[in-house]
Amino acid sequence: MPIVWAGEVTPKMKASAFAYARATSVANALELLTAHGEKAKVLSGGQSLLPAMNLRLIAPELVVDISELAELRGVVVKGGVLTIGALTRHVDLLKSPEIAAHAPLLRDAVTHVAHPAIRNRGTIGGSLAQADPASELPACMLTLGATIVVCGPSGERRIAANQFFAGIYETALTPQELLVAVELPVIPKSSTHFFHEFARRHGDYAIVGLAAQALVKDGQFADLRLGFFAVGDRPLLAKSAGKLVDVAVTPAVLAEASSALNDELDPLEDQQATPTMRRHLAKVLLTRCVSSLLARPDLCTGASA
Amino acid sequence: MTSARANSETLSALDRPNSYIGKTVPRPNLDRLMQGRGLYVSDIELPRMAHVVFLRSPHAHAKINGIEASTAKQMPGVIAVVSGRELSTVITPWVGVLSHLKGLKSAPQSAIAVDRVCWQGEAVAAVVASSRAQAEDAAELVSIEYEELDAVTDMRTALDPATAVIHASLGDNLAFERNHDAGAVDQAFAESDEVVEADFVFGRHTGVTLEPRAVVADWNAAEARLTIYQGTQAPHMVQNIAALHLGLKESQVRVVCKDVGGSFGIKVHIYADEMATYALSKLLRRPVKFVADRVESFNTDIHARDHRCKGKIGVNRDGTITAFEIDDLTGIGPYSMYPRTSAIEANQVVNLVGGPYATRNYRARARVVFQNKNVMCQYRAVGHPIACSVTEGLVDLAAMKIGMDPIEIRRRNLISDNAYPCASPSGLRFEQLSHHAALAKLIGMMDYDALRAEQVALRTRNIHRGIGIASFIEVTNPSAAFYGVGGAKISSQDGVAVRLDAQGSVICQTSITEQGQGSESLTAQIVGSVLGVSMDRVRVILGDTDNTPYGGGTWASRGAGIGGEAALQATKVLRKNILDVAAAILQAAPGELDIVNNAVVNAVDSTPRIELSELARIVYFRPDTLPPGIQAELMATRHFVPREYPFAFTNGVQASWLEVDIDTGFIKLLKHWVVEDCGTIINPQLVDEQIRGGVVQGLGAALFEKCVYDERGQLTNANMADYLVPMSGEMPDIDVGHVVSPTMESELGAKGAGEAGTAGAAAAVTNAVNDALRPFGTIITEIPLTPQVVLTALGRI
Repeated sequence: MPIVWAGEVTPKMKASAFAYARATSVANALELLTAHGEKAKVLSGGQSLLPAMNLRLIAPELVVDISELAELRGVVVKGGVLTIGALTRHVDLLKSPEIAAHAPLLRDAVTHVAHPAIRNRGTIGGSLAQADPASELPACMLTLGATIVVCGPSGERRIAANQFFAGIYETALTPQELLVAVELPVIPKSSTHFFHEFARRHGDYAIVGLAAQALVKDGQFADLRLGFFAVGDRPLLAKSAGKLVDVAVTPAVLAEASSALNDELDPLEDQQATPTMRRHLAKVLLTRCVSSLLARPDLCTGASA
Repeated sequence: MTSARANSETLSALDRPNSYIGKTVPRPNLDRLMQGRGLYVSDIELPRMAHVVFLRSPHAHAKINGIEASTAKQMPGVIAVVSGRELSTVITPWVGVLSHLKGLKSAPQSAIAVDRVCWQGEAVAAVVASSRAQAEDAAELVSIEYEELDAVTDMRTALDPATAVIHASLGDNLAFERNHDAGAVDQAFAESDEVVEADFVFGRHTGVTLEPRAVVADWNAAEARLTIYQGTQAPHMVQNIAALHLGLKESQVRVVCKDVGGSFGIKVHIYADEMATYALSKLLRRPVKFVADRVESFNTDIHARDHRCKGKIGVNRDGTITAFEIDDLTGIGPYSMYPRTSAIEANQVVNLVGGPYATRNYRARARVVFQNKNVMCQYRAVGHPIACSVTEGLVDLAAMKIGMDPIEIRRRNLISDNAYPCASPSGLRFEQLSHHAALAKLIGMMDYDALRAEQVALRTRNIHRGIGIASFIEVTNPSAAFYGVGGAKISSQDGVAVRLDAQGSVICQTSITEQGQGSESLTAQIVGSVLGVSMDRVRVILGDTDNTPYGGGTWASRGAGIGGEAALQATKVLRKNILDVAAAILQAAPGELDIVNNAVVNAVDSTPRIELSELARIVYFRPDTLPPGIQAELMATRHFVPREYPFAFTNGVQASWLEVDIDTGFIKLLKHWVVEDCGTIINPQLVDEQIRGGVVQGLGAALFEKCVYDERGQLTNANMADYLVPMSGEMPDIDVGHVVSPTMESELGAKGAGEAGTAGAAAAVTNAVNDALRPFGTIITEIPLTPQVVLTALGRI
């Protein structure tokens, strides 16, 4: 979500002085975070942290660089669980055969994340810890029922995605903890997905976006998970999806779900859209998503919210 | 290509067999830039160089009650913290007015604000330190006490008696007003079958150059000389202004302009912070570097457009346009910019509205008001996009009203291609335009009828596409009429010096500048072609007041037309001088000789006679072997300025094909076409890329770019995340075609091409959106056409 520098116009291009430590292990990183707490910041891909530092929006005393911790990088499938290391980069997600096979929603989502230069450095752990409500991956975590694995001074914590995101740039992580991995249940073979976002330009943060995963059986949803983003202070797993499961979806049913979605949303105002426009676009997305997943173009005609 | 130029009796130097004119050849500076060997101001490091960071006002309008800098002055590396009052001991204030813009007024502006700030972003103090980071560290410790004043932000109420007056000495907030009345407008409207009115709204936007503004100023006290390294479009203008306000002679100021990362008019002005940097160098007797950061650029680089224009058109049922009338209002910030003033855009709007059309009835009013926002001034295609959008929007509305196709109404009203020379109702003189040839070419390129059929077919599937057309005229090759007659020391002539070196290569010094558009290339192409040497033997030097002839620089689409002609004329003299010497050496008559492929040859059969390298060797090292009385002059200088026409007008037409998603308000640009007539084309690729780049800037205005101010005068989107520049992913393919009507004012025949793309792109897009939305009975006359604007117009939100 873009930042507004109201009033502040004195030039800032160079970060305030800071100390730098390259962590040699997860244990070493945790020691540093424990010692410095809120005065330290974790450097992963640096795609959010470094601009914020150069603009002097934040001025950490210590930067803990975890980018060399190879054990935090990579994608593994084992026992029906897909584990993605925190340092796995966006480009890795895009190219991973495991992701393509077991979580294709993520692959589609990543194509919307910024531009190749940023995807080459940005990491999944960094994106989730940053918790920008307009970014793609947090919503995907909700949709896919992810578990966020974090390490802290007192050991490992496993946090359900729907408990992890706490507000704009806020998560359940404490300053002493390090996000090390995410775990996703491997989706059933028959599962389908839909990902789309409305952004003014390709690669921009979305005005409204939707990451959906569904099981469709005999033309009806047997399961439907709708992870909206940029619709409030954190990603939203829409309860209104329930209105579309195990029923024959008619324009009336869809309208009812759409109205329920409207009640669930609490969109923010920014440069690109008013809350009213965000609600409208979220409902358009819902319609297009349902129409696409059920292969029912008829639901789109004239049913645009 | 069709040529309107009368077939000349003899083959000119431009038509020689090995001519580079009309050929796409790589730019000579390409390898240097691609290999990272460019030299931008930020790259320059000088001994003892300090860095300045300007503290800037967070308020749109406030009194400065105190500046507390004692802690900051103690910080490591800090050299000085300087207030506006302290700086005023070395630099004088200025007033941005020109005498030919009658009634234009402005208030004295200081390099750094003294006592009062008038926009958010105005510099209040300078922190100078050994490094940029140290200056930023210290800047955080300077505390400034402000007392907020009422801010004038809405141009619509700026002239109300209840609104505060920004500069009490001026009496009101009206900077400039121009009225124009030609023909019999009231009668024409009264007798028209239909009269259509609309209000057009244009967002404030800015240039967003990739390289921000940057200056290194180096006062050498021992020499009593100031060297300014700056990415400017007009080095001699900077020299004049810096000298004037620092109390120096122009000979005491050298301006060096190396590589420039984009200008678009942003870098053709003199900014207060740049003046402050020159003054700081003089005050502190050391080199000082200023580099604007991005937030600072948004708050201080000139903004442009921000017009609200009421328009009215009269039309008869046979399609005849009977009259145009406009009432334009624009807000320019608290000062008229220096030295070109901020009245030019509104003045251009009055000049250009209705320009392509034959009607003689035209009335216009333009008012320019002060407000507490960043300064506005000339940006690429000054006034053109406003004038074109209003004119072409009105023409489409008229066509819609009488049920006529947009192409047909233009065919019936565009000035006939054989009506020239003639003048517009606003008094502009046209030498030769080609509206109808351009329109015909455009229709062929876009396959207009097929697109119309596709549009109809898709509508049945709820897909809404639109076609928009926009004819335009473009001001290029300005003479002294632009600035000189108003008293500004901005040269309208340019000079070129060419000389043969001792090995037969050519060194060419030109007063035009290069900001990426290819000035260096076109100069080398002309010199190489006229002289008969290969381009790799031509070295072009530009951007240095010590080392080039005096001239205007590159702006207002003048580089090729004016600087190019000076290059042509200078090279013709050099060629003659070379042939005179060659004739003496070869005991031939000069008329029997020619220069081809770096050698003097027999004119009749091209038999090689003497290599230029050999000729140069003789001239420079064995002049004793030349016949008595022969003094070779292997250097020649010529200057050029258009005299007959104040401006060389060009013309063109654009078309947009796009799709509107009526559920989301998003617009997808599918294709864009431009046909333009810039006269002689020196390098087709450079012209086409100029056009495309200009179109993209116009498309940015149409869909994306807007400086969003709140009611307190705070710019709320001064960053690259919120201020949306057009990006390649959203840009359509842009097809460019040409009609060629060379100007007879010069032998070269080149007119400008820098503004054409920007002039008509937004108008074409807006017309296309309205065409797409026709089934919904809604008309949008506001840009940028954001999804919010489109959805609101459709009643969806």
